[in-house]
Amino acid sequence: MTNPIADVLKSETVLVTGTNTTENHPIFANYLKEAVLKHGTKILVIDPRRIDLVDYAELYLQPKPGTDIAWINGLMHIILKEGWADQQYIDERCEGFAEFAANLEKFTPEYVSGITGLTEAELRAAAKLYGQAAPASILYAMGITQHTSGTDNVKSLGNLAMLCGNMGVAGGGVNPLRGQNNVQGACDMGGLPNVYTGYQKVDVDEVREKFAKAWGLKADDLDAAPGLKLTEMFPAAADGKIKAMYIMGENPLVSDPDLTHIEHCVEALDFFVVQDIFLTETAQMADVVLPGVSFAEKDGTFVNSERLVQRVRKALTIPGEARADSEIIAEIATRMGYEMKYKDAAAIMKEINDVTPSYGGITYERLENGGLAWPCPDVEHPGTPILHVDKFARGKGLFFAIDHQPPAELCDKEYPFVLSTGRVLSHFHTGTMTRKGEGLNKVHPEVKAEINPEDAARLGVVEGDLLKITSRRGAIEVKAMLSDRPASGVVFVPFHFHEVAVNRLTNAALDPVAKIPEYKVCAIKVEKA
Amino acid sequence: MVTLTIDGKEVTVPQGTTILEAARSVDIRIPTLCYHDRLNPIGSCRMCVVEIEGYTHPMAACTTPVDDGIEVVTSSERLTRIRQDSLKLILVNHPLDCPVCDKGGECLLQDLTFEFGIDQLEYQAAKVERDSQYASPLIRYWPDRCIMCLRCVTACQEIKGIGAISIAGDGYGAQVVTVDADKCQSCGECLQVCPTGALTEDLSRYKGRTWLIERVPTTCTYCGCGCQLELNVQNDRIIAVTTKDGVGINKGSLCVKGRFGYEFVNSDERLTKPLIKRDGKFEEASWDEALDLVAEKFSAIKGEYGPGAIGGLTSARCTNEENYLFQKFMRAAIGTNNVDHCARL
Repeated sequence: MTNPIADVLKSETVLVTGTNTTENHPIFANYLKEAVLKHGTKILVIDPRRIDLVDYAELYLQPKPGTDIAWINGLMHIILKEGWADQQYIDERCEGFAEFAANLEKFTPEYVSGITGLTEAELRAAAKLYGQAAPASILYAMGITQHTSGTDNVKSLGNLAMLCGNMGVAGGGVNPLRGQNNVQGACDMGGLPNVYTGYQKVDVDEVREKFAKAWGLKADDLDAAPGLKLTEMFPAAADGKIKAMYIMGENPLVSDPDLTHIEHCVEALDFFVVQDIFLTETAQMADVVLPGVSFAEKDGTFVNSERLVQRVRKALTIPGEARADSEIIAEIATRMGYEMKYKDAAAIMKEINDVTPSYGGITYERLENGGLAWPCPDVEHPGTPILHVDKFARGKGLFFAIDHQPPAELCDKEYPFVLSTGRVLSHFHTGTMTRKGEGLNKVHPEVKAEINPEDAARLGVVEGDLLKITSRRGAIEVKAMLSDRPASGVVFVPFHFHEVAVNRLTNAALDPVAKIPEYKVCAIKVEKA
Repeated sequence: MVTLTIDGKEVTVPQGTTILEAARSVDIRIPTLCYHDRLNPIGSCRMCVVEIEGYTHPMAACTTPVDDGIEVVTSSERLTRIRQDSLKLILVNHPLDCPVCDKGGECLLQDLTFEFGIDQLEYQAAKVERDSQYASPLIRYWPDRCIMCLRCVTACQEIKGIGAISIAGDGYGAQVVTVDADKCQSCGECLQVCPTGALTEDLSRYKGRTWLIERVPTTCTYCGCGCQLELNVQNDRIIAVTTKDGVGINKGSLCVKGRFGYEFVNSDERLTKPLIKRDGKFEEASWDEALDLVAEKFSAIKGEYGPGAIGGLTSARCTNEENYLFQKFMRAAIGTNNVDHCARL
């Protein structure tokens, strides 16, 4: 997020898109409700699902899935024509505007209406609500990114924020809500194939030299080319290019797209190691399983969506012979001839401070007084709650001219419905944690597919009937839940339930840059089972 | 701005401030029971009554706004008597089952009863039998302990905007009831604000006395909100998750996962020994055996096919420190940038 969540209390308008905030970020949703009820903030929801937050919205638009660039360009077309753009901000702080503006010409309300299914009046009202507000914030999540056009969707939201002068100001910003406790931190720490910690690029010589020195290596010892992304690694295993994999605390055999293909890829591996706290669907396929520890049994730090680094503290002794994950990693490294030894988590953070400019001042001592938002270069620095104040991190804010692209898989006669996947309030990701106890299972015992009542009536389906859902890649049977959340023609199924794994159906088509799968759109057939 | 005196002390506050807020701004404590910082004043308990010069009747400090020049007295014999009477009326209906109540030791009613020295009651009331269904299967409602302060009903409405619970009946028969069980998300906002043991966590079978519980502050393990919570630990088990008002981004709120999603930690299904698969079946192994096998295999594959033939997935659920070590391991020990995690999933 460019801004902290509490900033929405200062926003005149908040555009909420591709985030079902009340279920997936319930505490952030509290702030949105407070903004509306106590601060007069107006919420604009634009989402193919009629999410619960619509009850708090000034305006709700329900575009067809996979048409985000079209409606965002459409809003910007109107904002520009109406003179609601912040021209001074654009001139002083941004670049690439002329080409960007020229590209918007064709995105007339009429043209956009044809692609998105929204009316021209709806588009005008939404453009006014965002365009005339100062400041206005944008919140988004996987509903924007999990498309083959995911990167361009995000850039389009960046364009919209810059067009109205909303970047680098309190109450503004472009704010992705991160879906997991430490997905921000895993990225910050270089858990990505192209960067070391703090997004320092692996293909820059000086960076590699710095890390080689810090790690007691020669610069040549470090790989100079970016590696494979997760969604590329499994296919590479099937091709015989990847022979071994080491997975810590992830469950791709439930979470990845087109599971049947992933299983085939994993079977092709010569050697497969999984480190986890449970014998997950992924661990069951491993050659060696190493028992790690849960968040309650270790010290460390997590980074929330706001880039706020916060402490995790050990509360329990480690069960049985399980071992701290950091110890396991260090032991394997040492046995391979590369010695790793750390006294405790604070000692690892010390090394992170030394090699990561944006984490330079984030010490355990300071974190005792509460979280710190990076960049925080030294121990005197108070942290940076808002990014791009006064100037953009790259200098000038760059506008991109982006055209609409349809999803990879479109509906046809045989597969006339769109499938979207996501989460429900009471469960988390692949259910490895939330489905282990009685409590959350009492609240949400089983998977259900949300289907619009009109579609259900046409199929002769009533609440609780078993549906057979088929895509080009597989089929599942799942109980129907009649709901006006999805529009007619769209079905939503959560992915937490391994026994009804919706990822048997999903399409592994990827965004060309981020390599994120298109979980929000694939073509399906729906029948009464 | 408005200037008034409270217990002889001059106080200047913005118009619209309540007498309670004005008193707190200069560290004058007025006892409260139904009042909660995160909620609009409820004004149901009469504990915060104060005297205002020139007014015959004492006023509730939580709902009365300041006025220019008024002189407020927050403690007197008369006020103490009124507060004692209010407490006695509550206690008529409140069982003294503190020894078996989860809230015993950190109950606001218990504290006030102690402070005001209530050791006997002059009144009695007929016992009313009440059914105690509650909106959520994870929270238990004890109608006899309920003091009708309305904090829970107000929090569900004001903080969560849900309104799943309300009050039904009147007099001694009044109780909190479920208006719409489908709306209840089991977030436990009601549990968080309950000043007594009328609402208790009904998930863990392992209960402990409040003074024996160790509360370890930490960060939630679920979504990216990063809520600050406290693991309530007794005998090396988590028996509940709580949070402190005003702390962290969540400021006293949690969701159903954060508050009730802790059972996995104590699960019998936890892995406690390394496993090695032999002939398609897992067998328990020693750490030396497992770690040597992993190190040998990785070294052999690296030797034969090069470091690029090994891929690693680190984890969005693990800590920064573990993620740092994992990518360092892949890059420095294996020698490849084939490291990623499920940020995209």
